[in-house]
Amino acid sequence: MSTARFWAWRLFCVALGAAALLGASAAVSWLRAAGWLDDYTYRVLMLCGINILLAVSLNLINGITGQFSIGHAGFQGVGAYASAALTVFVLAPWLGQRGWQGSTLADTLLLVAAIVFGGITAGIAGLVVGIPSLRLRGDYLAIATLGFGEIIRVSILNIEQVGGARGFSGIPLVTTFLGLYVMVVLLLALSRNLLVSSQGLAFLAVRDDEIAAEAVGVNTTRIKVIAFVLGATFAGVAGALYAHFDGYLNPDNFRLDQSIIILTMVVLGGQGSVTGSVLSAVLLTAVLEWLRFLPTITLGGRAFTPSELRMVFFSVMLILLMLWRPKGLLGQREFGWHVLRQYWRLLKS
Amino acid sequence: MEPILIVQNCTMRFGGLTAVRGFHLQLQPQELVGLIGPNGAGKTTVFNLLTGVYRPVEGRILFDGHDITGWKPHAIAQLGIARTFQNIRLFGTLTVLQNVKAGARLHMRTGLWHAAWRTRSMLMEEQEVEAEAWRLLREMGLEDAAHYRAQDLPYGEQRRLEIARALAMHPKLLLLDEPAAGMNPQETADLMELIRRLRDEYALTILLIEHDMKVVMGICERVIVLDYGEEIAQGTPQEIRTNPRVIEAYLGEAPV
Repeated sequence: MSTARFWAWRLFCVALGAAALLGASAAVSWLRAAGWLDDYTYRVLMLCGINILLAVSLNLINGITGQFSIGHAGFQGVGAYASAALTVFVLAPWLGQRGWQGSTLADTLLLVAAIVFGGITAGIAGLVVGIPSLRLRGDYLAIATLGFGEIIRVSILNIEQVGGARGFSGIPLVTTFLGLYVMVVLLLALSRNLLVSSQGLAFLAVRDDEIAAEAVGVNTTRIKVIAFVLGATFAGVAGALYAHFDGYLNPDNFRLDQSIIILTMVVLGGQGSVTGSVLSAVLLTAVLEWLRFLPTITLGGRAFTPSELRMVFFSVMLILLMLWRPKGLLGQREFGWHVLRQYWRLLKS
Repeated sequence: MEPILIVQNCTMRFGGLTAVRGFHLQLQPQELVGLIGPNGAGKTTVFNLLTGVYRPVEGRILFDGHDITGWKPHAIAQLGIARTFQNIRLFGTLTVLQNVKAGARLHMRTGLWHAAWRTRSMLMEEQEVEAEAWRLLREMGLEDAAHYRAQDLPYGEQRRLEIARALAMHPKLLLLDEPAAGMNPQETADLMELIRRLRDEYALTILLIEHDMKVVMGICERVIVLDYGEEIAQGTPQEIRTNPRVIEAYLGEAPV
């Protein structure tokens, strides 16, 4: 491959991606201005993006590297609170002093700072938790990460400066559609690049057989720590984006339930399948919202409200889905051009 | 010539059980040596000591001028010792081609960072790795199975794939743990031919564990016999065949 062709192709891909993202972002703001996209649907759209970030980043740890972690909400919480603390206590007052707050430039600066800081702090948390606990395997690692998630939540609960149990409010609302989906595309590109390269096979090798992985020269500890830090970083990014989208954080947002929901997305999508994680993140987000509109059902003289029934229906759906597709929606396969090409050939013949 | 591998007085214990006691071994470059012994004699433990899965309780292991005693398995692999396993250990969900590439990954110059951003140097090297992986698959007669998942292959092909993966690492020393286990006579004959050819073609030193005496006697230049963790005999296949201590270890004491 010549240098010129390489850079031409690379430039084309990046330009195409940028154009698609900018176009989608412009379309969303136009639809909102025209009143065709209401605030609720927009919120669901944004939650989809945040959940894609969470599911795909957990998939790096659980699905691709095979390390069973159920503390992902903890990393999300670290990123959310750390970035919110930065913007609320440091950056917003600093911008205010100079009278720069409110401008698009200032908001973008806040968003970028929040994303970077949230990602870095969660990544450091991932490193701190990862190095000791990755000596553990399977169930033991799961319990250690579960404990970590709870430690994070209880710690935040006891930090009065960020509101403790009352929650943390007044976070600047600077998350944009563009900012969120740029991070989604970045994470997807990164995951995909690792999966299709020989170097990236090290992650899958660790998942399939650790002893054999060591025997072919894979430093399994290093690979596990990299996966853990990378996954935690993007969970932190998701947390930062969530904090600056909602404007309010509560320690309860990062309970074990949240970790389990992210885990469910990974398992439902098919462990190790990036596109599967995306699909199930979107599906579960949409379904969880849709179930809010259930009718009130009266059974044996007692009325069951949608909020009571929501989780019941959700569980039943998950059980049915797992019975129907025990290996997840996509199994370990990926959806991509090759699949479309196969369908096209089938259609032609 | 300088020996490529020197094992000095290695002992391995698991709790009260001494699996290997005072083991000595020297391998010359390009030697083809067999390690035999009854079940539970400690043969696989020797492999696990050489590859760093276990750390010896006593003794030293020197490979290619380095004291590798207590090194991690991946570091030893990077230095040039590749192995296969008695109970095949492939990357089951990866394709046959990917398994070989996972071995070739070892000597790539571009690391994960390049892979994440798909730099030009990484893409060029990826093409080399791809070409080499295909060449190895052809050599092993596995090219038709390249896109199957490793766990779906028949047993004999899985064994060959494990060797292909080890060769992709460009090792100096290859350890084969019962390569002929579960093979029929024709497959065994092909395997013997293959092992001999690989040794010459890649200038490999090979140490193999095998229960099939036809393989051991047919291709090994030197045979070491272990029993209860200790070396009881060493010599050419002819010497071993007639050694009374070896016969006793395998068949029990002759009736008086």
